[in-house]
Amino acid sequence: MSDQERVLKFQIFRYNPLKKGDKPRMVTYEVTEAPGMTIFIALNDIREQQDPSIQFDFVCRAGICGSCAMVVNGQPTLACRTLTSLYEDGEIKLLPLPGFELIGDLSVNTGKFMRAMSERVESWIHDTRADDVNYEKLEERMDPDVADEIYELERCVECGCCVSACATKRMRPDFLSAVGFMRLARFALDPRDKRTDDEFYEIMGDDDGVFGCMTLLGCEDYCPKDLPHQTQIAYLRRKMVLIR
Amino acid sequence: MKVIYTDSLVIGGGLAGLRVAIAAMQRGYDTIILSLVPAKRSHSAAAQGGMQASLGATIKGEGDDEEIHFADTVKGSDWGCDQDVARMFVNTSPKAIRQLSAWGVPWSRVRRGDREVVINGEKVIITEKDEAHGLITARDFGGTKKWRTCYTSDGAGHTMLYAMDNKAIQMGIPIHERKEAIALIHEDGVCHGAIVRDLISGELIAYVAKATTIATGGYGRLYSITTNAIISEGIGNAIALETGIAALGNMEAVQFHPTAIVPVGILTTEGCRGDGGLLLDKDGYRFMPDYEPGKKELASRDVVSRRMTEHMRKGKGVPSRYGDHLWLDITLLGRKHIEKNLREVKEICEYFLGIDPVEEYIPVRPTQHYSMGGIRTKPTGESPTLKGLFSAGEAACWDMHGFNRLGGNSVAETVVAGMIVGEFVADYCAANALNVSTSTIQRFMKQEEKKITDLLVRDFGENPFQLKAEMQKIMMDKVGIFRNGEDLSQAVEELKVLNRRAKKIALRNRISSSNPELVEAIRVPKMIKLAQCVAYGALLRTESRGAHAREDFPERNDRDWLKRTLTTWKDDSADMPEVFYEDLDVMKMEMPPGSRGYGVDNTVHHPDTVKRELEIEEIKKANPGADRFELQELLNPIPIPEKFKGKNERIGRGFK
Repeated sequence: MSDQERVLKFQIFRYNPLKKGDKPRMVTYEVTEAPGMTIFIALNDIREQQDPSIQFDFVCRAGICGSCAMVVNGQPTLACRTLTSLYEDGEIKLLPLPGFELIGDLSVNTGKFMRAMSERVESWIHDTRADDVNYEKLEERMDPDVADEIYELERCVECGCCVSACATKRMRPDFLSAVGFMRLARFALDPRDKRTDDEFYEIMGDDDGVFGCMTLLGCEDYCPKDLPHQTQIAYLRRKMVLIR
Repeated sequence: MKVIYTDSLVIGGGLAGLRVAIAAMQRGYDTIILSLVPAKRSHSAAAQGGMQASLGATIKGEGDDEEIHFADTVKGSDWGCDQDVARMFVNTSPKAIRQLSAWGVPWSRVRRGDREVVINGEKVIITEKDEAHGLITARDFGGTKKWRTCYTSDGAGHTMLYAMDNKAIQMGIPIHERKEAIALIHEDGVCHGAIVRDLISGELIAYVAKATTIATGGYGRLYSITTNAIISEGIGNAIALETGIAALGNMEAVQFHPTAIVPVGILTTEGCRGDGGLLLDKDGYRFMPDYEPGKKELASRDVVSRRMTEHMRKGKGVPSRYGDHLWLDITLLGRKHIEKNLREVKEICEYFLGIDPVEEYIPVRPTQHYSMGGIRTKPTGESPTLKGLFSAGEAACWDMHGFNRLGGNSVAETVVAGMIVGEFVADYCAANALNVSTSTIQRFMKQEEKKITDLLVRDFGENPFQLKAEMQKIMMDKVGIFRNGEDLSQAVEELKVLNRRAKKIALRNRISSSNPELVEAIRVPKMIKLAQCVAYGALLRTESRGAHAREDFPERNDRDWLKRTLTTWKDDSADMPEVFYEDLDVMKMEMPPGSRGYGVDNTVHHPDTVKRELEIEEIKKANPGADRFELQELLNPIPIPEKFKGKNERIGRGFK
């Protein structure tokens, strides 16, 4: 990699809905690139040096927490781990993630959406005994492979990339989306969750659920954790079809 | 004035805060959690390695129990911890992990039969027992006698946080997101809640509660290079300090993790070394066995970080444009293992360094990682001086870590403290009525409103981002891994100047709603105060203990320094904190001070140590039939809640 400094051109969506008279617009900022620079570093540089009002969300800045998903040159992704060096012409356009309530600029309210999703799919172990478990005794055993398989589906970080990349969601505002299906698949696989297939059907057996998916699979293409959305949606659908 | 009432207010939505809220809710008390971010994005999620609990199911953990976990923890703390608390912790940790298992954490499990592992650079075959098949397994971590760190592949913190938050959602616990507590409401030595700023609307809201728990994590962001999330700025600690009544404990006890990547400081888990990874220098030479022939790469974190720094000072570091670093070699673990158990590490290497750690070495160096210090509490989690204020997790100085925390004991602390402190919070809610006058609430509200108005109208002044960067640089350069009187004195003076400058911050973006510059302006003066507590405490402590390493006072000095630093800030207009000390009572210790077994033992002993050792011998002699539980009761009776008193079952030994 060349050490020569280049100037990056960021085009950033700006709009603060709470500021009277503010209108959505694109604003251009120039930043001198540094080696190993990520969009996280560049945005903070812009905030500290050029415009302290710019809003965006980062927490772990290591690709773990899922806070910072945004649309980078047309593709939803985690901004914190996106290196600026990936963009050969040095032009980077940033938009907030569509499909979520806008807080301001690049910040969207994924938290509200994800809590509602968790409530809707009842994202917890359904077992009346779970609260009275005698934790002095040996834990219930689990097949090591099953434990690994559950973890594979639990790696979702609720970043929202799948929701923003979903064409069905654009047409059906209440569509559960891949993040919800992945959560359901995770609990359906877990022997500790005592829900029956019928109970799962109640949650996802309609067009806002797994039957609404048009199988365009933007979720699979843009998941930053490479979760197996295609396989799991197909699996849930087959499982649901067999019920009624 | 908007006022919200609840029984139990919890500030912080990470593992500790969630668990405290769940405990109070289970006991029937109304609970609200405040969080800067959606709870599932809390820094708890970043814990990759695992949680220590002495289940002893894996063959390499055979024989493990509370006694061994206790000894490791106390030694790891360099005898700086509160042994009552360490005891409560080790006895409860197996229960916490089993409860989390019932709540949905897919802990990695023991698989019967042979498997290949890497120990001390060699491939060896270990054989897991048939009867252990399907129980929670564990990996090796630094500073532990047994393989005790239970994990979920490489996502222990993530899966724990998801299970805990899901449990809170199941119970209908409200989590008010994007809310920041900026001051505590208190009167006559009793805490009544907090003044809270809505980070979107900018509105100030008074949350009034019987019990208030601060669980806001550590203060790693006082340093410019840290593994911590950007929200780990210590604001919960700062608002406790600003009451002038609650004290912070051992703020100078700051841990540096040996292996964060260079330059960005993102952590690669201790699991890398636990699973067999090695540290190499610029010649590809494995240097740790030369310094620590016993534990080598798996010595305690503070020890490894210092040895790495020493080795780089000898010119053995790998030069780079970001300064020297060393190599972490996990190539010997093989692709299959890395892609399953260290996948997060692999992703981080690919995205941030552009390398494949299966094939290439990882550039690492010691980086700020953990805050042992925090809000000083009693073993119940309550502040000894400000009634109704509780704290749990990294934000607290509950003090099971003393001057150095063992890997795997942090997420373990969050859930165990959450369980225990949560019970005492519920007890407090049961025993106390909410009794606060609205004029008191109003007074605190007005005070915070005025501070914000002052910021919004000032025309010229300091830039908060600039002040923060200066503070972080001082901390990094002068209050780091190795410390000395001269640097620390300078740091104390320079921070004092920053403190004064921070009283005159002016903003470029003068709106009261969602405004990142205003957020910074509110936080930075608080952070500078915390930095002063750290630096001043470090200057005054003229010994080396755990992570606090003084080049000018290299010996651990039990005679003069077996005490906990307490810091308060009584007068808001002062430009320095007040520091005082509480003694650790050797005569009450279950395990009197000894050697940690690293390097040369140059401890200056406490006069009571020998006395207490003899006393313990006598007690043992006088009770020849006592089992380990009865002995512990004699040596170290602890105030553990009734429901956590039971013994823990293990394979092969039942409840013995």
